[in-house]
Amino acid sequence: MSGIRVIARLTLAEAARRRILWVLLVLTLLSVALTTWGIERLVALGRLEGDVTEVEIQVAVSQVLILVAFMFSFVLAMTAAFLGAPSIAADLESGVAHAMLARPIRRSDLVVGRWLGLVTIVVTYAALSGLLEIAAVRYVSGYAPPQPWLSVVFLAAQAVVLLTFAMLLSTRLPAIASGAICVVVFGLAWMAGVFAGVGRFFDAGPLVTVAEASRWLLPSDGLWRGTVFALEPPIVIAGLEGFGGPAASAHPFYAATPPPTEFLVWSAAWVVLVLALTSVSLSRRDL
Amino acid sequence: MADPVIDTDGLAKRYGHTDALVDLTLRVEPGEIFGFLGPNGAGKTTAVKLLLGLARATGGSGTVLGAPLGDRAARHEIGYLPELFRYQPWLNAREVVELHARLRSVHGGDRGRAGGGAAHDPIAALDTVGLADRAGDAVGDFSKGMQQRLGLAVALLGAPRLVILDEPTSALDPVGRANVRSIVRGAAEAGSTIFLNSHLLTEVERVCDRVAIVDHGRVLASGRMDDLLGEPQVRLRITDLAAADVAELRRFGRLAVGEDGWLTITGIDSERIPDVVAAVVGAGGRVHAVDPARSTLEDLFMRLVGNAGAGAGSDSDSGSGSGSGGVVA
Repeated sequence: MSGIRVIARLTLAEAARRRILWVLLVLTLLSVALTTWGIERLVALGRLEGDVTEVEIQVAVSQVLILVAFMFSFVLAMTAAFLGAPSIAADLESGVAHAMLARPIRRSDLVVGRWLGLVTIVVTYAALSGLLEIAAVRYVSGYAPPQPWLSVVFLAAQAVVLLTFAMLLSTRLPAIASGAICVVVFGLAWMAGVFAGVGRFFDAGPLVTVAEASRWLLPSDGLWRGTVFALEPPIVIAGLEGFGGPAASAHPFYAATPPPTEFLVWSAAWVVLVLALTSVSLSRRDL
Repeated sequence: MADPVIDTDGLAKRYGHTDALVDLTLRVEPGEIFGFLGPNGAGKTTAVKLLLGLARATGGSGTVLGAPLGDRAARHEIGYLPELFRYQPWLNAREVVELHARLRSVHGGDRGRAGGGAAHDPIAALDTVGLADRAGDAVGDFSKGMQQRLGLAVALLGAPRLVILDEPTSALDPVGRANVRSIVRGAAEAGSTIFLNSHLLTEVERVCDRVAIVDHGRVLASGRMDDLLGEPQVRLRITDLAAADVAELRRFGRLAVGEDGWLTITGIDSERIPDVVAAVVGAGGRVHAVDPARSTLEDLFMRLVGNAGAGAGSDSDSGSGSGSGGVVA
């Protein structure tokens, strides 16, 4: 059995044994139940009003669904940060890593194995919570987003980016510091998306440059925009493009276009590069 | 002569402006129990980390099992009990041993030596350290002593060619320490080379074939225990023995009578101490105390390292110093 596989299995076993998986499952079911109930109430109220059309209801539901997706995105980001932050640091601080790394495994085995285990958890969580929410909303409202699978893929990709970033920090910083930095940087990247849109509207070149650079340095917000685009009905895009124009691009819950291909390629490369950097960082560290 | 298990030449480690290890040159031969002795902060754990590749040397060179320091294939044949022995608290003892068996088999499969059958069985490994009946209990519920014994089972798993034990009895009571000494001797008899890192003098003295004494990152002395400790002695407190009969005791070794009334015989074969007692009693003398005077490692250590804040202990709770093995009439 390869070292990567041993560590990945150990990571999953730890998540199960420490009830992380159960906590996530219960929270997911609770979140889906509460938000679906809220949407069902809104839809019922809208249909009771005589002057609200079905199209307006569907548009309203799509916007609420995007807000719910943002909640899941935030929860996923926190989950990724707080799973990734202690993933290496805690083992180094406690000394657990010393006994394991004296065995004939590479330090990169520890990094990649941990990453695979944690990615399995956050991707499963993203898929389960995202698809369950979309299915439940469709059941109570009749609204189905245009690309439900793609929205979940982007949601999961954003979590993977943050998880990988947290793991990089975890090789050099204590767990708490790594988690805190990851959360702050996640917020900054999200704000960078808003600033980039505002900068474009006011034609503020330097602001756009800095904000865009930030979004590429940590591609979480760009991926979030992919989730938004996949959840938007075409009527919303057409409407906001018609009325808002460039100003609409500053809206954090709106995306006129899907993320460009080069950004998606960069995001995938970013994850691979940061994971490689994480392995190098741990390998060069004295234990 | 067989290739050395550990061979270092001028190994050094510097952290920032601090020299943790300076010019470590030592050679550990196959099958021996090597004691690496020094006060707290002497550089012992740093040396172990360099040998295992957990830290990188800033100077010098070395090999372990004929391979460069930290070599993965060599690590397949190394068992290690860290000074900070911590294992996944959410696993049970058996699972910890199984995890390390899997990690050990990552490189080069399982090439355990003869007799490895029992050594690869997790329950047998736990039984060796007296934890077989706790195999299913979570490690997080273990006392420090139990965790250290678990670490010893993990280190000895698969009968590795080299076992590195960093302060293996720091959390154990006197009975536990005695058990560990017995286990270490057993592992050596089974063919493992033991590198025992400790600051407990009597522990090293009782179990090791050769020692190196290190302080401030430098090796101050090294060699076979007999060479370092000098000639064996016995001290006796005797009354009612005529001067001529006292002089007769010269046949056992060089004789000295102290002002405190104690009589010291230097250069005596320890096997002949009962003969001394028999000779005294046979001549009408009364023996009040016999002290084999085994404190010379402590004497040597204190002479080399110094008294002030040396931090080295003679683990008096397990019977130590000049009183070790003494018989009080």
